[in-house]
Amino acid sequence: MSRPDAVSAASRPLLQTEKLEIAYVSRDSTTVAVRDASIVVHEGESVALVGESGSGKSTIARAMLGLLPEGSSRIAQGRILIDGQDVTAYSPRQWEGMRGHPVAMVFQDPLSYLNPVLRIGKQIAESVRRHDRSAAREAARVTELLELVHLPASAARAYPHELSGGMRQRVLLAIALGCRPKLLIADEPTTALDVTTQAEILALLKDLRQRLGMAMLLISHDLGVVWEECERAYVMFRSRIVESGVTRQIFSAPQHPYTTGLIKAAKAARNSDNRFETIQGEFSTAVD
Amino acid sequence: MADAPLLVLDQVGKTFHRRGSTPLAAVKAVSLTVHVGEIVALVGESGSGKSTLGRIALGLLPPDSGRVMFDGHDLTGLSRGDFRRVRTGMQPIFQDSTAALNPRRTVRQLLTQALWQNPVDVEARCIGLLEDVGMRPAARFLDSYPHELSGGQRQRVSIARSLAMEPRLIIADEPLSGADVSIRGQVLNLLLDIQDKRDVAYLMITHDISIARAFAHRVAVMMQGEVVEVGPADQVLRTPHHAYTQRLVAAVPVLA
Repeated sequence: MSRPDAVSAASRPLLQTEKLEIAYVSRDSTTVAVRDASIVVHEGESVALVGESGSGKSTIARAMLGLLPEGSSRIAQGRILIDGQDVTAYSPRQWEGMRGHPVAMVFQDPLSYLNPVLRIGKQIAESVRRHDRSAAREAARVTELLELVHLPASAARAYPHELSGGMRQRVLLAIALGCRPKLLIADEPTTALDVTTQAEILALLKDLRQRLGMAMLLISHDLGVVWEECERAYVMFRSRIVESGVTRQIFSAPQHPYTTGLIKAAKAARNSDNRFETIQGEFSTAVD
Repeated sequence: MADAPLLVLDQVGKTFHRRGSTPLAAVKAVSLTVHVGEIVALVGESGSGKSTLGRIALGLLPPDSGRVMFDGHDLTGLSRGDFRRVRTGMQPIFQDSTAALNPRRTVRQLLTQALWQNPVDVEARCIGLLEDVGMRPAARFLDSYPHELSGGQRQRVSIARSLAMEPRLIIADEPLSGADVSIRGQVLNLLLDIQDKRDVAYLMITHDISIARAFAHRVAVMMQGEVVEVGPADQVLRTPHHAYTQRLVAAVPVLA
């Protein structure tokens, strides 16, 4: 169930999937994690991919950056286009040149993506070097990136374990921004954080998007966050996109029964029988 | 709801001493009461001391100062045997049901263990417990191992295990924080059903303001080891008085 986009026809699609189907393959079974998924993110846009665990949302996100596990997964059908270029059949080597620019990604648990024995400054410098090899500017650029994510310059000397969860997420953002992405894919970036820290990171993301003209694809299970941060949304359920359109419209008049249930459940309010809303049935089909 | 106090935390304090680092006062002279049949939510962010307070209430951690009274007994002054007997009236539910259940025991074994105090009619009572937590037909689950169950089912088994002791108070530390919204409603309804049927009280430790508001009668807000605000859930979380509670409530993204 798709509705007209709020985006003007003039803005260019940065990232597109067309009827994407992704399967996880093991020796004796094949599980289709994503079916018939068509998503588009235009320049400067903020878009959400919403769903519960097992819905397939993280699988799509990984496919968009060539991060699907090799051997145990495959793109069975459809295409992925980045900046108009078909990347569906890219080799790991081709992806290597693509990663970070034009599309970069941040994850839920920064600690597992940071090297525990390297100082923060070095790790940010690595990402800067990928796209700008002049050494003289490197140190200045690291400081600039730290400033951009509101960390003190002294943070460059710190190791990941010395920082709080919120600060680590800022570091991950600085690394992503080091590649000057046009689109940031953020996979549950605030799920592990306290609400007040979450509010700070979301405000930072909004500020960065406006200052840098960067688009964002936010992968989230949190409808409150999506409501506040994203202009458009795709709702995933059982490997499929069941609803898409302008966030405010979807939330005020959902078309798919699953979306209706999800919104009611997310409000965590009791109904007229003094019960909490539930969504009937078992919803998970595959691992996310 | 009766007004008799069931759990009384009286000026409880706990400081952790860490080698080469300044001592951490995790809980500072906190007083909190849970009455018979009452639902109290203990709300706060990570590091606020809410889980430490929960562990002190359960007798898993001795406080440095203050008293813990359960059902009229001062837990700190009891002999080992008496403590064990009194403490069965108060059961925990943990966040991670996978870690809370021994992976090498079947559901039947897990529940049988919990019936140690009075091991008669064990099979029938196991089935009764599973039915109480909405696992039907119960007989089908008796010989399952934890890994054969879904996340929601594992959480139900862990709740059934707590119920086996016929507790009057359940202390639940973030019982929903790993769960999807679709499972969240089911577990909350289950907890309400249990309360309806058995008149248990809950102390729910949570970071989720919206759940605290909808689920609890009263809410206590913790910050840096202290309870900064306590009162009726709706009042505290709709019109908070303390600056920290105001900041906390404002930070939650709300669906309009």
